[in-house]
Amino acid sequence: MATELGPTPVKEPASGGAPIHHKPKGVGEDNAIASQGKWAAWLLAPTIFALAIVIVYPIISAIVMSFQKDAGLDPATGLFTEGGPAGFSNYTNWIFQQCAAPDGGTVACPPGTLGAQFWSATGTTFYFTIITVTLETILGFWMAIIMARTFRGRSLVRAAVLVPWAIPTAVTAQLWLFIFAFEGIGNKLFNTTILWTGSEIPARWAVIIADTWKTTPFMALLILAGLQMIPAEVYEAAKVDGASAWQRFRMITLPLVKPALMVAILFRTLDALRMFDLPYILTEGSNNTTTLSILVVNQIRQGFNSAAALSTITFIIIFIVAFIFVRFLGANVVEQQTGAGKGKK
Amino acid sequence: MTAATELRARQDRGRKVAQNREKWASVRTYVSAAVILFWCLAPAYWMVVTAFRDVGYTYDTSLLPTHVTLDNFKTAFDTSFGNRFGQALLNSLFIGVTVTVISLVVGVFAAYALARLNFRFKYLVLGFILGASMFPGVALITPLFQLFTNIGWIGTYQALIIPNISFVLPLTVYTMTSFFREMPWELEEAARVDGCTQGQAFRRVIMPLAAPAIFTTAILAFISSWNEFLIASQLSNDATQPVTVAIANFAGAQPQQIPYTAIMAAGTIVTIPLVILVLVFQRKIVAGLTAGAVK
Amino acid sequence: MKTPKFLLPVAAAGALALTLSACGGGGGGATATGGGDAANGLDARGPITYVQGKDNSNVVRPLIEKWNAAHPNEKVTFKEQTDQADQQHDDLVQNYQAKNPNYDVASVDVVWTAEFAAKGWLQPLKDKMAVDTAGMLKPTVEAGSYKGTLYAAPVSSDGGILYYRSDLVPTAPKTWDEMMGMCSIAKENGIGCFAGQYAKYEGLTVNASEAINSAGGSVLNADGKPNLNTPEAKEGLQNLATAYADGNIPKEGITFQEEQGRQAFQDGKLLFHRNWPYVYNLAVTEGSSKVKDVLGMTALPGKDGPGASTLGGHSAAVSVYSKNKATALDFVKFLVNEENQKFFATQGSLAPVIEALYEDKELVAKLPYLPVLKTSIENAVPRPVTPFYPAVTKAIQENAYSAIKGEKTVDAALSDMQKSIESASAGQ
Repeated sequence: MATELGPTPVKEPASGGAPIHHKPKGVGEDNAIASQGKWAAWLLAPTIFALAIVIVYPIISAIVMSFQKDAGLDPATGLFTEGGPAGFSNYTNWIFQQCAAPDGGTVACPPGTLGAQFWSATGTTFYFTIITVTLETILGFWMAIIMARTFRGRSLVRAAVLVPWAIPTAVTAQLWLFIFAFEGIGNKLFNTTILWTGSEIPARWAVIIADTWKTTPFMALLILAGLQMIPAEVYEAAKVDGASAWQRFRMITLPLVKPALMVAILFRTLDALRMFDLPYILTEGSNNTTTLSILVVNQIRQGFNSAAALSTITFIIIFIVAFIFVRFLGANVVEQQTGAGKGKK
Repeated sequence: MTAATELRARQDRGRKVAQNREKWASVRTYVSAAVILFWCLAPAYWMVVTAFRDVGYTYDTSLLPTHVTLDNFKTAFDTSFGNRFGQALLNSLFIGVTVTVISLVVGVFAAYALARLNFRFKYLVLGFILGASMFPGVALITPLFQLFTNIGWIGTYQALIIPNISFVLPLTVYTMTSFFREMPWELEEAARVDGCTQGQAFRRVIMPLAAPAIFTTAILAFISSWNEFLIASQLSNDATQPVTVAIANFAGAQPQQIPYTAIMAAGTIVTIPLVILVLVFQRKIVAGLTAGAVK
Repeated sequence: MKTPKFLLPVAAAGALALTLSACGGGGGGATATGGGDAANGLDARGPITYVQGKDNSNVVRPLIEKWNAAHPNEKVTFKEQTDQADQQHDDLVQNYQAKNPNYDVASVDVVWTAEFAAKGWLQPLKDKMAVDTAGMLKPTVEAGSYKGTLYAAPVSSDGGILYYRSDLVPTAPKTWDEMMGMCSIAKENGIGCFAGQYAKYEGLTVNASEAINSAGGSVLNADGKPNLNTPEAKEGLQNLATAYADGNIPKEGITFQEEQGRQAFQDGKLLFHRNWPYVYNLAVTEGSSKVKDVLGMTALPGKDGPGASTLGGHSAAVSVYSKNKATALDFVKFLVNEENQKFFATQGSLAPVIEALYEDKELVAKLPYLPVLKTSIENAVPRPVTPFYPAVTKAIQENAYSAIKGEKTVDAALSDMQKSIESASAGQ
């Protein structure tokens, strides 16, 4: 795998001129692995434990519930009664957009039900994810490069960049709603009369602009940290060798920043695929801005078990995206190294 | 024209070109910095302007401050109507610091193991950690609420701290692992040859080098905990509520009125400590940078 | 590394969940066994908690202090929720689901009553637990009832008011057609004619049901079944769609929630504006208001006379999980007594539910909109009373929004609305 991911010509200086894995192989290696394994278990235990309680338990209990029917109304008493086991029907209902029919069967979900929105919400979620993550990566990279330079007022820029991210989302969303109002400062400033939350394209771009504004600092900061791990001498050497700015960016900066960059993109993608607050407050999901998470929240209000199924579907979708990232785009924090170690058997 | 003068002229030209290029580079840097400042601060500026505006003129669109008043800040901190904004600020600070410290310590352990040690099931562990940030957070609340009800944790600080730790841990572990992998670990071994224990070598040699990564991660963890709203809105009570929940509790004087000006004032108040925090951490990040350069 | 070992554990968790589900675990879903919990603690007294959304104008705290002074052994603690209705709803659901005994008395929005009652979370207010509702406005009592039983005692009410520019409109319009006829005045003055709340959110359900009810239609029939394929419903929704297409409702109307509409009206950009009573106080006091001295108020326009407002407001409900229901009941009665109703109205601008108070001279002097509001509430129709309200309101919003914007014909929108509501209530 290491070779597939392509170590670059300037890779070596970063890791100090020697491959990281230079443990002698052969006799005694198994013992070493065993003792390292014990260490690793101790070091990892707190993380695993924290995640197990607060994330894994709720996930599993949600998955369990997703195989139960939601409560139905008993017409005689007017009270809800437990739905009973559902098999995969909660899942198939979402995927094939089937809704309950008055006669007891299923019909294609009519517009106005949540079920009718599954595929469009999936599409919207990807639309937001692809555009916001791309914009945030480009802008974040650019901001990081500027912030890494030495100039007067650099700390001002660094502090300013964090301002959007430091404002709690609840406030950010209200702020943008305020800005994007018809009589708001946005239209006033640019002398436009756009109904920002009134039709599909402006509404989607309102969400994208607000999200990009808010989360670019996250990208910028992670990339900046990556940039700062690159020793200055590497650049100087490249300059002496007459490399152009673009060559230096492509041959030095990009490969050396890649691990940090991939982690940042991976986590931004996972977050963007679960985007909720901003579109919810800005548009309440109108005009095709309903994301999967908004659909989950709306469904929770109508029945948790079906919402749990939708959450699990979302989970699987995100899982597939993460898989692609890790498998094909090299967003794996240890793969190169240990892959190389193992590959040389 | 002799060869010597020609050479001198060429050198002069070369120097001039270099100087020009440098000048241009610095101009470009400043222009870029100005654009970044505008993009990041313009909406925030509108927040601040609104925060200082009289509530009766909430929707005024004059660019410069008009009808300036401190009332909104007073409203934010006014406790007579049951607002606990001041208390909530302290709660957020306490929760944020605890989450940051614990998740960093725990995350550094895990990242060290993942980056440095060879053991079986590494991919399982990595997948497990990443999998934790794949489930829609909104759907975790119901089971979590029931779990915490059963063990009597609703309204306690741990009910807010532990979920937040879990939310930031995947990012913390991944970031640190990716940075640790790039560390010049032979320095650690060199230190051990010089008589340090493994722990000392890690603390004295590796940690300073990893400072930019660690402080960056700290800021990310702190802000993400500082921003958390969904879990806190359902698991906190009046005494433990963080500032995000307190802001959602702001209400206008009239039933359907949205108190924009007070919300913006609260946003302004909440942002300031973070900016200060970042300015303080700045120096650590830069210190880490120079430490790296010394090597 | 050919196989994606990396992500194996996730698959493992899935497999584990499948096994667990086979054992039939899984709580969380609503179970309405009613019986047991509703019979417990009816005579018990002791400290209780009152849960309500943000106490905007500081009326609840003084009342609780007064109560606590008089009942030292049955003190009430105030648990304040956020100011946002959705979050109040979700918070109540979480706590009822967890059978939290500390949510003794809760303030319930009129549209949640049926849902919570059908889930078996609310104590029926009958027999020993009965609350006297004589003298209360009828629509408010209906909104607190489910299947003929009172589950939540009305505490505050709310209804729509038509605000207009008294300097431009000679006589207040009584019908929709009259109002549309006056739109030429708006054009002459270069302002918008009429707007309510047409952004896609709960307010659109309010406005769309008002339009349908005012034209003589109804969203649900008496049995709780959707009833939208009627000429009346069509006329109602068509009124909004036509007004939007004609520009009588300005194009920005589809982005309006309460506050954006109020802003436009206060800035003098609208001739008529449908909103809640709260606008009155702000429109006459806010410095930026341009309609201070020219603010007219009247009942919403209907087909031949006053229209049917959608009812808002809150009721107080006792949780079946409460341990001290006798105290809880007394506290509910305390909240709705005439003296405290008057206090809510004067201090908090909350519309009272007791009919007689609308004639109270002192109150009317303070809140001049009360007579108009009384007409509005008397003619009001509760929003569809159904335990499937969250699904019903989505169905209305989604389709009414498309119809107003002209993306769908009114017929198609109503037919889709009908089918969506049928499907939602076909739940089982």
